[in-house]
Formats: sequence, C-alpha cells, structure tokens
Amino acid sequence: MDLNYSQEDLGFQSEVRAFMKDKLPQHLADRVRGGAEFTKDDVEEWHAILNANGWLAQNWPKEFGGAEWNAVQRHIFEEEAALSNAPRIVPFGLSMLAPVLQKFGSKEQCDHWLPRILNGDDWWCQGYSEPGAGSDLASLKTRAVLDGDHYIVNGQKTWTTLAQHANMIFCLVRTNTEVKNQEGISFLLIEMDTPGIEVRPIVLLDGGAEVNEVWFTDVKVPVENLIGEQDKGWTYAKYLLTHERTNIAGVGFSNAGLEAVKRMAKSEMSGGRPLIENPHFAARIAQVEIDLMAMSLSNLRIVSQAAKGGAPGLEASMLKVKGTIIRQEINDLARRAAGSYALPFASEAVEGANEPPFGPDGAGPVAAQYFNNRKLSIFGGSNEVQREIIAKTTLGRMQ
Amino acid sequence: MNFELTEERQMLQDTLRRFLSDKYDVPTRNAILESDTGMSVDLWAQLAELGILGALFSEDDGGFGGAGFDIAVVFEELGRAGVVEPILETCILGGGLIASLGNETQKGLLESIIGGETRLALAHGEPRSRYDLSRVETTYAAGKLTGHKAMSLGAPNADHVIISARESGGIDDPHGISLFLVPVSQLEMRTTPIMGGGTAADIYLNGVSVSEGKRLGAAGEAFAHLETVFAAAITATCAQTLGGMESATRLTVEYLQTRKQFGKAIGTFQALQHRLSDMLIELEQARSAVIGAAGYLGADTRLRDRYASAAKNLMGRAGRMIAEEAVQMHGGIAMTQEYELAHLTKRIIMADHMFGDTDHHLERFIALSAA
Repeated sequence: MDLNYSQEDLGFQSEVRAFMKDKLPQHLADRVRGGAEFTKDDVEEWHAILNANGWLAQNWPKEFGGAEWNAVQRHIFEEEAALSNAPRIVPFGLSMLAPVLQKFGSKEQCDHWLPRILNGDDWWCQGYSEPGAGSDLASLKTRAVLDGDHYIVNGQKTWTTLAQHANMIFCLVRTNTEVKNQEGISFLLIEMDTPGIEVRPIVLLDGGAEVNEVWFTDVKVPVENLIGEQDKGWTYAKYLLTHERTNIAGVGFSNAGLEAVKRMAKSEMSGGRPLIENPHFAARIAQVEIDLMAMSLSNLRIVSQAAKGGAPGLEASMLKVKGTIIRQEINDLARRAAGSYALPFASEAVEGANEPPFGPDGAGPVAAQYFNNRKLSIFGGSNEVQREIIAKTTLGRMQ
Repeated sequence: MNFELTEERQMLQDTLRRFLSDKYDVPTRNAILESDTGMSVDLWAQLAELGILGALFSEDDGGFGGAGFDIAVVFEELGRAGVVEPILETCILGGGLIASLGNETQKGLLESIIGGETRLALAHGEPRSRYDLSRVETTYAAGKLTGHKAMSLGAPNADHVIISARESGGIDDPHGISLFLVPVSQLEMRTTPIMGGGTAADIYLNGVSVSEGKRLGAAGEAFAHLETVFAAAITATCAQTLGGMESATRLTVEYLQTRKQFGKAIGTFQALQHRLSDMLIELEQARSAVIGAAGYLGADTRLRDRYASAAKNLMGRAGRMIAEEAVQMHGGIAMTQEYELAHLTKRIIMADHMFGDTDHHLERFIALSAA
C-alpha cells in the first residue's frame, strides 16, 4: 500500500500544473469560477489549446492521434483542471463517439471523422434518450428504414445536450421491430443540417437552455453513416456508456466546489463571526469533506485498478451514486452559505445578467447550480439504475 | 381538542382554492414570471376584492381574521398554486408592523392595503447580519438613514418600504432599533427577480432624509414588534411551503401512476414506492409543524418562537427532502421550466433563504430551549 502518486505521476502532475498556469486563458477561468454558461467559442478555444499540446484526445490510442493517458493520468488532469477552473472538455465527440468509431467503425469512417473531432470541424451531440425511453433506453422508437442507399429516419430525441451548437449527431435508431428491443437498434451518424431535422430548445428550471428536443421527419441518411452492423447498435451503445463513466465520481468538481464553499463561508458573517466558525456550518462542511476524502480514495483505488487494465464494473456505479450525492451536497452547502444572497434569479438567460452579481463573491450562481445539478443523479443512467446494477451484480454473484 | 377548521376558515379555504384553480393556472403564472414586474396587478385587485388580504388582518385593523390559522389557511392555498405575488411582504410584514406600531395617521394605510391599492415591503436584513434579527448596522441620526439593506423582498413592487435603523445601542443590541415608513420614490435600489418568482432589492441608504414623523412607534423600541411579525412571517412561509409540498407530492403520485418504463408504470417498482411513502410521512410532519406554529402564534413569546423555529427548521429539512425526491422520481421532465414541479421546487427550496434557514432556526430553538 502506498497512498502517494509514483515519481512518474508526480512529474506528470507538475507538467499539468505548469500547463494550466501558462496556457489556461484567464477569461475562461474567470467564467468557470463565476459559474457562467459556456459559449461555443469558449469551448472551441479551450479545445484548440489542448489539441495544440496533444492533450485533447486523452484516452485515444496514439495511432489515432491521442495522448493515450492511463486512468491515473486522466485523473490527475481532471483534478488539476478543476482546481484551476478550466472549462470542461465537451465529451460527445472525444470520449463518447470516438471510442465507438475506433472499436467498431470502418477505416474510412475513422479516417474521415476522427481528425475532424480533433480539429474541431465537427461538434457532436448524442441522440439517445426519447420521451418514452429514459432509464429504459432500449425501448427507443425513432425509426430508420433502409431505402436503397439511404436510411429514412423518423422520430424524436430529447435531453440532447448542446444540440444547438452541433453540426453532427450520433443516434440510436430502431431498424427492426420484429425482435426484442435490444436486438433491433442501429447506430447512425447524421448531419444536423439534413432536411427534416428540427432542434427545439428546452428551458431548464434554472433558466438555462443547454438541452434540446431533436425532431426527425423523413430524414435521409446515407448508408455509409451506419456504424458497424445494422441491428447491432445496442452493443456499441453499451460500449459507449462504459466510456461515459470515466470521471464519473467528479472528484475534481467536488474539490473545487468545496473550496468555493469555504471561501464564501470565510467572508460571510454569522453572529458577528465568519460563518466558517459557526459550529453547525463547520460541521456540515466537515461532514461532506470526510465523505469526499473517502470517496476520493475509492476513486483512486478504482482508477489505479483500471490503469492496470482491470475493468470497473459495479464500482463505477458506486462511484456515480456516491459522487453525485457529494456534489449535490456541496451545491446545497453553497446555497446555504450565500444566505439571502442565494435568492436572485441570476441566470444568463435573464436580461441584465452582465451586471455584477449581488452579494458576496461567488454567490451569484449558487442557486442556479443547486437546481441545475439535480441532473447529476438523473442523467448518464439515473442513480436508481446504478443501484439496480449494483444489487443485481452482487446478488447475481451469490447465485 | 379539535383539529377541524372553523366554518369561516373552511369557506375561506374553499373560496381561495376555487379562485386560484380558475384564475392562476400554470400558463398564467408563467406569463407573470416573465413579465417585467413579476406580479399581476389585476390578480392583486381580485384577491383584495375576494377578501383574501382582509383575512390577514384583525377586525380592529379593518380585516376579519389575522389569527395564526387565518394566515396558515391563506398561505397554504397560495403555496399550493405557487402564487408569486408579494402578499406576505405587504400584509404580514408591512401591514403587521403598521397595525402593531402605527399611529392613527399611519394606520390610515391599512384600509388601502386591505383594499389592494397599496403595497409594502420591509427592509431589515443587511449584508453582514445574515439571519440575526437584532444585528442592525444601518443608522438613523440627524434625520438621515445611512446603511445598506440586503434582499428586501417585494420592495420593487412596493409603494412604501419600512426600513429598520439603529438609533442607539451596540451592533446587535435588541434595544435601539427603530422603523421608518419611507416612500419608495426616495430610495436608491437595485432590483432583481428571485429564483422561484417574486422580486427583491438591495437598498442603498446614503444619508436619505427622513423626518421623525415617519418613525413607526417609539424610538429604539421596534425589536419586539419585529419578532412578532417574523413569527407570523415564518408561519406564513411554512404554510406556503406546505402547500407547495402537497402539490409536489400530488404530481409525483400522478407521475408514478402514469409514467411507464420497462413496460410498466414506474410506481410498481418497490424502490420508488418506499421513497414515496417517506415523502408522505414527511408531509404529515410538515402539516403538524405548520399547525403548531399557527396555533401558538398568539401565545407568549417563548412558546410562540419555539414553535415557529421548530416549524422553520422542520420545513427546511422536509421541504428539501420532498423537493429533491419529487424531482428525482420524475427524472428529466422535472428539470424543465415549463413543468409545474420545477416552479414548486424552487419555491420550496428558496423559502429556506427567507426569515432564517434550517440551521439558524436549529440554533434559535436550542437557545430558546435553554432560556
């Protein structure tokens, strides 16, 4: 047992720290710290900076132009990025579609799409969920019918994150209705400007519009945009979901969030003393910090297992559940710390949001973040689905 | 012992419930939320005409109610429908202070408040006071108000704002605090819509001239009266939150019965059934906490404040649990602004940031219990 990073890992950590110090633009870090929503330009700027250093495609094999970092290195990067207030890397092309292409796509598809992901030529979004297919994703109904050298797609996707920026969508579609749900699904790549596609924004409870409905009416998709075999899409989708679970614990976000809570609790006053000295508030902070320290070690145990090639199974589900509980608890502490200054509706969607926020530094977005991050326990396989996986895996082992 | 509402209050509840279900549907409310003022003047006039504002005042003050259970009945219904108009600010805080402290001239305002022609707000909290009621740094000296008031609820839509200021004593001395009734036109304020509806303002008092005639009650003697209206405001907020929790729970029950995944209604899954049961249990706790606060609102101050703080603490916990569980069991749909639950959730949670949060009232309950 050694709880410390190896010399090699420590070297990597200093390299990442230096990179963040030199290359992360101040205006982007300020926006992250202020809780601002990201524009397409912001994301593309940060992606380009990472790509210029060869650090954008962190989990890709070198043969495709990736950094091929192991799980520990990726963890170190995520930790440092969160502490430096670096923008999140938008994962749809890079860490969701790309691994599927590399594993199941043709050489032509890889040669065409992968460089475009790296260069930022394409912005991908994910067409998975439907109004009737959430936790039960395999019941999806968007239909694709082969007609000569094209599929004709009809149906509706929902909760499509950042579809308003995307020029490409990877979609799960039903190509066979005669077999059981999981066996009639195919994986298609669709250009967003194809006639018959309509994107409708969904305004969320915090006033932001990061998700959309995407409607398909007789959309023609060339057959060469099918990944792998027809009707085998569920296998590819499941493979993708295992990649969606990297950084599932969100330790970096939690560390940064907890630091922000402490900063605010030092400046906010309670009974004439800093709030951080208030025994009840101090206890709340300590409680979540204790949970976070343990979860952080759990995360490292699993990450280090994965770096040696072990595939996380139910452990990933455990990290998802515990990680989201902790992140949501930190959001809850942040809103408490802000006191009455959590009240303003400070969404960027509201006119005049360019004015400085009310109250102490950092209070502006706390309420919006609390409400917005209710999504953490809902998306990417809800916490209920994760608990099912944990129980079924364990009880299955008993049999 | 009798836990039934009186006939009059039953009628008040029925009238208001029927009125809001006819006149305050979700599209109407969403349009109000998006309007510049964040409230409906028409609806305000109709509520006044219906006698809802009058139900919050005693007969002596020109109303026909004003007791704890009148407040609880009205605000539970307002909360059930997610009403965002500044009734609490105007009637419970502003009207309550004028009724208990105003001279005959100042009390003249009560008629126009009950008639729906005048709205009030209270500016008491400050950036460094957090939820402490006695901590007032704003001063009144030589006829001028100087200080900074934080998040004065309803001030953007008020005609007059009641401003607390210190005339003597140390920074957190209960003695020495006075209240002044100031026309809104004299105030420099920065306004904001608030999460979940309604408005608030920070008020910057840079030596605002206010004559002594604008003082409510005797110099330096306002604290006990502030405590009294805060007890009423806590009762009202808790009742409003209870109404919101009832609606959130009802929506969750309906959703569990109708939403299908894996070929059946998700309410058939035991993992969700047990969580719904816990919500229903907490809802009953919450209902009792509100009855306690309302029932002891007229009692001696220690008994009153123990029940008020107990209720606010319990609502903070139960409200959060119900709001979060309702959203979680709905999934993504509950995250959308246009769905009713999103609005209710925001109101339930943001109530924890008004009149003292869960922790504040836990500490206050401990202090009151030791006294």
